[in-house]
Amino acid sequence: MAEKLLKKGNEAIALAAIRYGADGYFGYPITPQSEVMETLMEEMPWETTGMVVLQAESETSSINMLYGGACCGKKVMTSSSSPGISLMCEGISYMAGAELPCLLVNVIRGGPGLGTIQPAQGDYFQAVKGGGHGDYKIIVLAPASVQEMYDFVGLGFELAFKYRIPTMILSDGAIGQMMEKVELRDPVRRLTDKEIAEKYGHWATVGKPATRKGNIISSLSLAASEMEAINLRLQEKYRTIEKNEIRCEKTMCDDAEYLLVAFGSSSRICEGTVEIAREKGIRLGLLRPITLFPYPTPVIQQMLPQLKGIMSVELNSGQMVEDVRLAVNGAVPVEFYGRMGGSIFSPEEVFKAFAEKFNL
Amino acid sequence: MDINEIIKPENLVYQKSKVLTDTVMHYCPGCSHGVVHKLLAEVIEELDIQDKTIGISPVGCAVFAYKYLDIDWQQAAHGRAPALATATKRLYPDKYVFSYQGDGDLASIGTAEIIHACNRGENIVVIFINNAIYGMTGGQMAPTTLIDMKTSTTPYGRKAELNGYPLKITELVAQLEGTCYVTRQAVENPANVRKTKKAIRKAFENSAQKKGTSFVEIVSACNSNWKMPPVDANKWMEDNMFPFYPLGDIKDR
Repeated sequence: MAEKLLKKGNEAIALAAIRYGADGYFGYPITPQSEVMETLMEEMPWETTGMVVLQAESETSSINMLYGGACCGKKVMTSSSSPGISLMCEGISYMAGAELPCLLVNVIRGGPGLGTIQPAQGDYFQAVKGGGHGDYKIIVLAPASVQEMYDFVGLGFELAFKYRIPTMILSDGAIGQMMEKVELRDPVRRLTDKEIAEKYGHWATVGKPATRKGNIISSLSLAASEMEAINLRLQEKYRTIEKNEIRCEKTMCDDAEYLLVAFGSSSRICEGTVEIAREKGIRLGLLRPITLFPYPTPVIQQMLPQLKGIMSVELNSGQMVEDVRLAVNGAVPVEFYGRMGGSIFSPEEVFKAFAEKFNL
Repeated sequence: MDINEIIKPENLVYQKSKVLTDTVMHYCPGCSHGVVHKLLAEVIEELDIQDKTIGISPVGCAVFAYKYLDIDWQQAAHGRAPALATATKRLYPDKYVFSYQGDGDLASIGTAEIIHACNRGENIVVIFINNAIYGMTGGQMAPTTLIDMKTSTTPYGRKAELNGYPLKITELVAQLEGTCYVTRQAVENPANVRKTKKAIRKAFENSAQKKGTSFVEIVSACNSNWKMPPVDANKWMEDNMFPFYPLGDIKDR
């Protein structure tokens, strides 16, 4: 039987990294996610799997260590919280441009600026719309439990390598700090250098054998026509991802007349709101996007004929609601309820807002 | 007589390193980059490590270094090459990893990355081209620009009270425990070219012996942005750069 432990979300990330065969973790301390690197240092995976764990001098440096490691075809990851992710955006843009796989974890805290160390979802735009410069997307996974923190490390690496794209686990201080039961999966072994050379040697910088020209990993292309061609190829890849990789969870949606849309910790709270509404005879459902890019636009669109109204519920000023409105395109009323700066709503509070907005 | 009839093994006294590609270099005539590239290629060939060497190119004139040496290359963001090199070397401890950086890249925007990579004693080679100016962007002040030196952002000369002082980053990294070999060389005459090649070779050998970071500064001429003919630029470098940036080994252990 699989081992079950009581762990914090941040600790689950670290344990999963080792067990999903990560080759390297590079990070910098920041609350509320410091347990990720602390747990890794305690576990000393370099003694067991050979995984490299290194504390960098800054988030700028950690993301560029990821860039170097990803160039080598290795499974590399970092974790940080909002201000640290802002610093990493330069590197994320480079990695998107150079089409490199890596896993990023953002345990969001309230902002802007130094903000607060309390949980928030204010980095939705940064993660989903591209926080760095240029036209790019990254895959964004939103866990709602400690188990998903663990599982999405495996899923994140899988998607990152499948599409050669940076992939982010967009969590928050609540999921990072709360303790829940987590079931450990069977360990995946790290690839050997030889296996990496065979699998990724056609693009990765693993040392040039006599049989091929040197591999060059770069996001630079000075000629406009070449750069446009690269951009078109990237956009095509994003459309493929939108076609294949949408993930979401529906709760009480079959007969729903009204719909809450919420991700991560907000969705956990909204489960309570759905129960309150159902007790009162209101047919309310919950849609939880698991992938924020690609966004479950078609899922929302399929539900439109049965719906009288939608409310997006977020721990921010209303960011994801823009994607809901784009999906709905005016077909039904779309409302928003949110709190900011580390304040969290209760299920009752969300229900009250919902009932008021739809005159129920 | 056809050239191939002349080039017979017994007539061959010199040939281009096989590690150098045939791509025409974009560097200005008189620039030091081309000579340093040639030396790197020769060292890689002589040590027979072409299949084990990974280069990290910077942002600046040498951004395209990857076009000229036929090895695996990573092109870094401005100043970040030592971070890429750190991860690459840690993930592949038996490969040879070097960063190739200019003065703006290494001593200005990338100061944190180079100081900490050297302080951790990463077993990498750092090639540092110091021509006291930003080349690729058109001749702006660099951290290493000399006092009173004119650049496009110091049109009346660098003034300490306005721009601070030229940064001797090489002396700085020499003080760090993690560096094993720190040297300053130049390539403006045959004798110095030979010395620089020896230094680069030693740096790569240190890397194999896992002795720590080897840091090779090459004081270089940028005749285009210094707005001088190549010969005058070399003379100006000897007269003005060498007194402030003296050549020779600073640390070797």
